[in-house]
Amino acid sequence: MITTDIIIIGAGPTGLFAVFEAGLLKLKCHLIDALPQPGGQCSEIYPKKPIYDIPAYPEILAGDLTDKLLEQSKQFEAGFTLGERAETIEKLANGTFVVTTNKGTQHNAPIVAIAGGLGSFEPRKPSIDHLQDFEDKGVAYMIKDPEIYRGKKVVIAGGGDSALDWAIFLSEVASEVILIHRRNEFRGALDSVDKVQDLKNKGLIKLITPAEVTGLFGKSKLEAIEVTEIGGLSQRIVADNFIPLFGLSQKLGPIANWGLEIEKNAIKVNNALDYQTNIPGIFAIGDVNTYPRKLKLILCGFHEATLMCQAAYKIINPGKRYVLKYTTVSGIDGFDGTRKEAPKAVIKSIN
Amino acid sequence: MSNDVNIQITDRDGVTHCVLAPTDMALNLMEVVRLFELAPEGTVGVCGGMAMCASCQCYIESNHQLTEKLEDEDAMLSEAFNVKSTSRLGCQIQITNELEGLKIQLAPEA
Repeated sequence: MITTDIIIIGAGPTGLFAVFEAGLLKLKCHLIDALPQPGGQCSEIYPKKPIYDIPAYPEILAGDLTDKLLEQSKQFEAGFTLGERAETIEKLANGTFVVTTNKGTQHNAPIVAIAGGLGSFEPRKPSIDHLQDFEDKGVAYMIKDPEIYRGKKVVIAGGGDSALDWAIFLSEVASEVILIHRRNEFRGALDSVDKVQDLKNKGLIKLITPAEVTGLFGKSKLEAIEVTEIGGLSQRIVADNFIPLFGLSQKLGPIANWGLEIEKNAIKVNNALDYQTNIPGIFAIGDVNTYPRKLKLILCGFHEATLMCQAAYKIINPGKRYVLKYTTVSGIDGFDGTRKEAPKAVIKSIN
Repeated sequence: MSNDVNIQITDRDGVTHCVLAPTDMALNLMEVVRLFELAPEGTVGVCGGMAMCASCQCYIESNHQLTEKLEDEDAMLSEAFNVKSTSRLGCQIQITNELEGLKIQLAPEA
């Protein structure tokens, strides 16, 4: 069981900034996210797109914002459970919560902050007969451990960055990589497209376009796929693995069944006070919450995270008085023993 | 008002709505769907309007001459589901006076 002060569900910008604000109050955080990397939408959907309304940044790429948030809070040593979706919550007799993921990882804390954005990312699955029967038996929608494809015959379907990037990566791991896309053009970073062209010319990636995977075959696991050229013939190809990469959709998911008040696909919170939900000890911050005049902006998430941490402090330290400290004055003491502080002024006479 | 155009939008439950969409707010079709709350929050315009998620896919049911698809939109639609020859991404269609009488249907949630 992982124990911490605040379990944060969702490692997007709001969740990451909550780590920093909690750290200032000497509270430790552990984040859970369905994606294999932190950053939420910023890293998954638009890492190379600029954002113009982050205070003090006239322009910052979403991917860079994620990196800077991680950098800002790194001395507070947050824990991460990545690639797992928060599934259930249970309140123990001592008043603390246990959050369990779909992989069975358990987390225990007195405070839970849901910073889940528009919901957890789930793969968009193409409609192919028996697709679900082969899940974890050769079919996967996200790649967490590339090593399992070593020496295997892998078919990737899709035409975006992730299809290109994984085709490139797996060409050095798998015995054979076949990339199938509905059209001849790919949507990705130019260097990825060029690299795939190069690997194709060298015979290290086989391209089948414009075509679609239309069938899956195998007894206890995937053994072959059927690929059909658009407006053309079908053929059966021997394959150990099939990885359809058609992007991700976001769903509120299991959180919707936690007994929280939901309105417009978002969690209702008390915005006059501390962004607590109808269940004391559970907060919702950032895009996942709603209240009158809510704005789904990253900068609003930062503010909400800050107030949530203050409320968490009061719950964890009942009756203890708190005086606001400014980082410029008091510096930052990391949980890793580091200290940041403003340089002392020099007092010296000038003759 | 002269700045509004009539648009007929059939939602995912098959219900048709006639809305007056303003042309002076730099809105796109995805934003009009959100403005009139014709789909549950969080199911349309998930990426915010960057042609990166296809949650605002719609089928154009009238004969309006729309702006050409740019590469981004074309590529995203090539990866989306339930795509028809009339498919467009709502976020890539700006509301202008030329859209008076436009009829669209929202594609199913993928």
